[in-house]
Amino acid sequence: MASPPGAEAARDPGLQPERTKLAWRRTTLSATVAAVLAARQCVADGSGDPAGLLGAALTLLVWVAFLAVAHRRMRALAAHRPPALSPRAAVAAALCTVALACCAIALVA
Amino acid sequence: MSDFARDLRLWFAPRRIRQEGETPDYRFSLANERTFLAWVRTALALVGGGFAVDQFLPDLRWVARVSLALALLAAGALCALRAVNHWVRCERAMRRGEDLPVSRFPALLSLAVGLIATIMVLAVLLRRHA
Repeated sequence: MASPPGAEAARDPGLQPERTKLAWRRTTLSATVAAVLAARQCVADGSGDPAGLLGAALTLLVWVAFLAVAHRRMRALAAHRPPALSPRAAVAAALCTVALACCAIALVA
Repeated sequence: MSDFARDLRLWFAPRRIRQEGETPDYRFSLANERTFLAWVRTALALVGGGFAVDQFLPDLRWVARVSLALALLAAGALCALRAVNHWVRCERAMRRGEDLPVSRFPALLSLAVGLIATIMVLAVLLRRHA
């Protein structure tokens, strides 16, 4: 995206969009750790039974969904004056976390 | 409860938020977003902790292990949902020019995490010496 002339001068000296982008990056890393633990739990017994594989696949799906939300938002943050986060993206990110927790509860209990 | 129901409708209605008040400086919205993300990371860490208790403390008795894991996982899920709600409320307060909402959730969460950590230390120590 070509930045308009004078964008350099108008750039926020506090680097808020960059910091927000890095916050999303950290959050995807946390999501990756949680998803790896979840997948490990699903195939822990090593028997390779279909239920475990299905659980691991669902975990992967949740992880990819989270990455997609984060990727969209990080692209939006590259704009000159980024718009506010949409509630839909916020709900999606939180629901991915809840989905991992529900997956864990199903496995543990 | 009706307050909560109104907040819940805002979760899924971006236009309804934008109808209220005036758009604040985009930097305030970004700061609010980073706070939201920090809460989501906290939630993910709690969920990860729940998995870790179940996977890496196999010596614990089943009841102790499952109840510790469930407590951490429930705290994680609650934390994620509360993150969205708090973000929506802050966004709305900024648009209306009101004070930001205060909350006792951080205090309750700290107490819960401290309690779970203490129980975990006791459970591990007692297990070793048994």
